[in-house]
Amino acid sequence: MVSSTEFAYNSKVEGEIVVSQADAVVNWVRRHSVWPMPMGLACCAIELMASGGARFDISRFGMEVMRFSPRQSDCMIVAGTVTYKMAEVVRRIYEQMAAPKWVVAMGACASTGGMYRSYAVLQGVDRIVPVDIYISGCPPRPEALLDGMMLLQEKIRKEPGATGLFRPRPNEPVVVGAK
Amino acid sequence: MDNILDTLKAKYTYVTPRPSADHPAVNVPADRLREFATHLRDEHGYSMLLDVCGVDWDKEQPRFGVVYHFYHGARKLFLRVATLAPDDADPIVPSLADLYPSADWAEREAYDMVGVRFAGHPNLKRILMWEGYPYFPLRKEFPLAGIETELPAADTAAATGAKVISAPMMGGPFFAATEDKHHMSDAEPRANDQSWTEDKPKPGQRG
Repeated sequence: MVSSTEFAYNSKVEGEIVVSQADAVVNWVRRHSVWPMPMGLACCAIELMASGGARFDISRFGMEVMRFSPRQSDCMIVAGTVTYKMAEVVRRIYEQMAAPKWVVAMGACASTGGMYRSYAVLQGVDRIVPVDIYISGCPPRPEALLDGMMLLQEKIRKEPGATGLFRPRPNEPVVVGAK
Repeated sequence: MDNILDTLKAKYTYVTPRPSADHPAVNVPADRLREFATHLRDEHGYSMLLDVCGVDWDKEQPRFGVVYHFYHGARKLFLRVATLAPDDADPIVPSLADLYPSADWAEREAYDMVGVRFAGHPNLKRILMWEGYPYFPLRKEFPLAGIETELPAADTAAATGAKVISAPMMGGPFFAATEDKHHMSDAEPRANDQSWTEDKPKPGQRG
């Protein structure tokens, strides 16, 4: 198939040099190698696993490397109900992740406590960790998770890159499905 | 089925029959419970203890009780045994953990949720809630939303300022409306009182 428009880098025109900004390159690299920490706590984790399978294939976005060690992951996907008893574990794992790091609250329970208006359940994981993306659904379908992860990529693209690495990160939530 | 009840009643004077819609059920005083359970296991073939439930009878005296479900493996029969803890301030019933190993965790759960203590239990501590939680959540006076208290982890609480809060009920508890709702999307769970939400404060309360 012949395309008349050149979208990509063309070595014949530009030589062997690509001119860009360091921040843009750093963000481009980060955006396409988000390694999730699967914090699977309830049924949302099943949908998270489905997203890793062939049908939904999260590796299309460079996110297939689910790391069960916080030291090797960038993005904690909190998939499920966070009880008060589990809250310290979630917080401790978040603290062990190396910066820059992001948090996705997957589903109603992680976002707000969901249907568990109860004495035992933390009413939203954003009470203990800064959340970047909230995904609605109970549980969300894998498409919704992928949509949220693409929004996260978009958020990473706009970040101030390496210069903001050690600054406190403002918590600007993005809600998937919000009108 | 009935002849088991008759047998038990004839043999043990302290056993009284208990109204039941399904399986045979008896009342046993707490101080004879271990003796009765030993007889059930060794002489009557009730080889398995399925469940131990703590019960809060609210206004009644005595207030706290425990209900046991025994199973006869060979004859496939259930037997319900109920007992009451004599002291309301410090409800204690004897533990069956050494007679039926399955009683161990079940009694811990009953202790955790209702606050009935089991005398002679080898390791009676909380099993669902965390150690140091100050309330028994399934007691009648405990609100569904919970009571504000400290987070179990002091370092997380210090870093985030988070607490165990009374959950916002938003007009709840929530239920799924089923009448004249023919499609699932119309029957989403909703609160009884829809007049207040996260955005609109409860009528008569300051937002």
